[in-house]
Amino acid sequence: MEYFFGKLTFNDLAFTHDPIILGATIFMVLGALAIGGGLTYFKKWGYLWYEWVTTVDHKRIGVMYIIVALIMFVRGFADALLMRSHQAIAAASESGLGYLPPEHYDQIFTAHGVIMIFFVAMPFMFGLLNIIVPLQIGARDVAFPYLNSLSFWLFAFSAILINISLVIGEFAATGWLAYPPLSGLEYSPGVGVDYYLWSLQISGLGSLLSGVNFFVTIIKMRCPGMTLMKMPIFTWTALCAMILVVATFPILTATLAMLLFDRLFEMKFFTSSFGGNQMMYINLIWAWGHPEVYILILPAFGIFSEVTATFAKKRLFGYTGMVWATASITLASTVVWLHHFFTMGSGANVNAFFGITTMIIAIPTGVKIFNWLFTMYKGRVTYDSPMLWTVGFLVLFAVGGMTGVLMSVPAVDFQLHNSLFLIAHFHNTIIGGAVFGYFAGMYFWFPKVFGFKLNEKLAKLSFYCWTIGFIVAFIPVYIAGLNGATRRISQFTGEEVGLYSVELITAFVGSLTIGAGVLFLVLSIVVAVINRNKKEYTENANDPWDGRTLEWSTSSPPPFYNFAKIPEVQEIDDYWEQKYGRKYRKDTNYEDIHMPKNTSVGFIISLFSLGFGFAMVWHIWWLAAATFLAMIGSWVFRAMDHDIDYYVKKEEVEKIESGK
Amino acid sequence: MKNFLYKIALFLSLTFLTSCNDLVLLNPKGIIAEQQTNLLIVSVLLMLIIVLPTIFISLYFAWKYNAKRKEEYDPTFHDSTKIEIVCWGVPTLIIIVLAIITWITSHSLDPYKEIDSAKNEPIEIQAIALDWKWLFIYPEQKIATVNWLQIPVDTPVNFKITADAPMNSFWIPALAGQIYAMPGMQTKLHIMSDAPGDYLGRSSNYSGFGFSGMKFNTRVSSEQEFNDWIKEVKNSGGKLYWEEYSRLVEKTKDHPVEYFKMVEPHLYHKIMDKFMNPNFGKNGHNNKHLNH
Repeated sequence: MEYFFGKLTFNDLAFTHDPIILGATIFMVLGALAIGGGLTYFKKWGYLWYEWVTTVDHKRIGVMYIIVALIMFVRGFADALLMRSHQAIAAASESGLGYLPPEHYDQIFTAHGVIMIFFVAMPFMFGLLNIIVPLQIGARDVAFPYLNSLSFWLFAFSAILINISLVIGEFAATGWLAYPPLSGLEYSPGVGVDYYLWSLQISGLGSLLSGVNFFVTIIKMRCPGMTLMKMPIFTWTALCAMILVVATFPILTATLAMLLFDRLFEMKFFTSSFGGNQMMYINLIWAWGHPEVYILILPAFGIFSEVTATFAKKRLFGYTGMVWATASITLASTVVWLHHFFTMGSGANVNAFFGITTMIIAIPTGVKIFNWLFTMYKGRVTYDSPMLWTVGFLVLFAVGGMTGVLMSVPAVDFQLHNSLFLIAHFHNTIIGGAVFGYFAGMYFWFPKVFGFKLNEKLAKLSFYCWTIGFIVAFIPVYIAGLNGATRRISQFTGEEVGLYSVELITAFVGSLTIGAGVLFLVLSIVVAVINRNKKEYTENANDPWDGRTLEWSTSSPPPFYNFAKIPEVQEIDDYWEQKYGRKYRKDTNYEDIHMPKNTSVGFIISLFSLGFGFAMVWHIWWLAAATFLAMIGSWVFRAMDHDIDYYVKKEEVEKIESGK
Repeated sequence: MKNFLYKIALFLSLTFLTSCNDLVLLNPKGIIAEQQTNLLIVSVLLMLIIVLPTIFISLYFAWKYNAKRKEEYDPTFHDSTKIEIVCWGVPTLIIIVLAIITWITSHSLDPYKEIDSAKNEPIEIQAIALDWKWLFIYPEQKIATVNWLQIPVDTPVNFKITADAPMNSFWIPALAGQIYAMPGMQTKLHIMSDAPGDYLGRSSNYSGFGFSGMKFNTRVSSEQEFNDWIKEVKNSGGKLYWEEYSRLVEKTKDHPVEYFKMVEPHLYHKIMDKFMNPNFGKNGHNNKHLNH
């Protein structure tokens, strides 16, 4: 039995002994059955396989990224609600215990962090990049379409692996960065940390491949005339984020691999004994971890730039300054990581150096904010939902930035580190910055992808719920932090009974308000999909916001080849110039278009990677060996396949273009 | 009406300010924490110079240039060297000031720096993070306590900190900022309190399932009371030798306060050295190897 199942036993089926997990399991199974049944009933399996699963079309891959991100967001948000309700009850009750035991609560906060960063924010960012970057630079696809499909499926299957941990076995209870020695074999002998490590290794590989892919795409595939200094700002921020991905994700992979070796082979990289160095793990993980937050926020900055310029009907103020600000943030973000552990005793000189490099980032960030403000200045600002998210961001991010700089002063950080103040700070920047940016991007570009707008009324309701909910949820968390409340506490006993009750109950109310925002967000999609053929949704769908950059120059949804003729660019915001400046005329002199063929190999390799990850978690060696060989085999098979591209004939292009 | 709104605003801000006064980080009881609080307030005020106008301008521009208001529209205005100089210059100036403050305070408030301005001789306490409780050894007094820290007022306290558990962080917010407690390694923290009272201390770095209960009371008392307390400890409790320590190091949650009237000499160093021992078991807490 041990040979066939490794460490896996019947008792590891977590749903057999926890009602909450049983509920989640039933929910997941019913969901899967409903989707499977629906697909069978409507005979859509073939459509799903040929049009989506095997696709190499960057737009469809982008859509799939965002769908998975939103599904994982629901899970991560459910975790948040569990924590907020538990803490509110624990903080207010006499016993201070709440309803979740620490063994469960600690898995929840770990899962929440891991899911929100790796399985929500990252895929949402990559989804938006996938959809928009090739369109913005006037390209027909990314540089390596098959690799792109592989990246997505690696990510998607690693998301499945992390969800399996909910049902079979357990998840890590270590905090989202799994500091050793707590995450080592000695203190965490279970499979939780292994699930953590393998799902991050697989998704991290996907992220790295995407990073390479988009870096090359932006460098090599820009249309004629689009020099670097004429690139749309979103593409610029994407480029900088991808440089950071390529530079830092290998650090993550190597660090997690060393922790894996510690756990698998009892090596001593990060153990507390035998000369292992736990501080080195913290050093390395943050050398990736800090650039990571800029990987998330830079594209959001890019979205705000596009949105502000579009909705103010004015070119972005200080384009050159914006590019330099982005570049300096990119550079500076790699030399600040030590501020995550001022409290490890590095000494005054080291702490002061990294504190100062950290606060220097505030300068280019400030410049960006002023540039957005001066873009609005003497503009004609209309308030569709993307612009609302942008204004909300400007206000919230100013506060989040301030508390961040505050914590970059080491002597202040000694008091705020690990406190709820820190929690409020990074939620302030990640929600108020990255998430608001992605939502702005989603509402902004949705009509481009699908040919109809999302429901604006519900979108605005969602915005107000999110913003008010955010303030109600996180200002009390700041205050509790100033009152000495520490992160990751699940029970408030002894001196702490009732100490933070007002703050944490208010925070729970805030999280419910955000919940209403989530609901309205989902509804704005559902209502729009139902009414997708109505005029108010499809009106001007090709260019609903009077756009400025190339993605709006093609139809909505764009044909699979994006552009019948590769555009030529003369200016920044060239499409605006085409519309109102030099009066562009459509060139109908079509040619054959070279396109990549769909492939299922990315899906298959990733499917095997799921089996491999699962086998490694449970030490099922035969399965690990088999799936690993299968991955390599599929990869080799694909490498020898030369039937990977085709030409769309000129006549067909004419037919498609005239059909519109 | 205006008067009424003014009164409400005044009331709200007063409630806010008085409630802030209760917050432990804004109401410090030790000389280090006092300086850290001052630094916190100065930094915030310095940044508000730019953050408040930014928030105000964000909302003002968002309102003023609303398309419905048909204000001046100039789509050609997208570059201005003057504005750019201000955009880069003002934040740079503020950051320069803050950087100077940072450099100075990183040194003056270095947790490793001894407090030398006091009239009393410093005492040394060794703090050890265990699963999930704090062990405090008073080497000069040769006593030890669990989850109870008592120190004399106006006396510098030199902490030496380690762990025989996953990484923790030693934090008494009312008295001073925190420092990590790590197995096999030593960190230092220096504090001094000028106000007798009971203050909550805890680990702030998550260390496992018993983490919530990993806290202790810090009693700052007069010299006299402190000495009485030492006597009390010496008259109660057991002795902390390696064998007893091996029992103590086992995982416990919400551990009650314990006193030890006698401590094995150099126990603290033995705990740190244990991680260097070639016989150190792979299951960590196998302390028997060291039982010599």
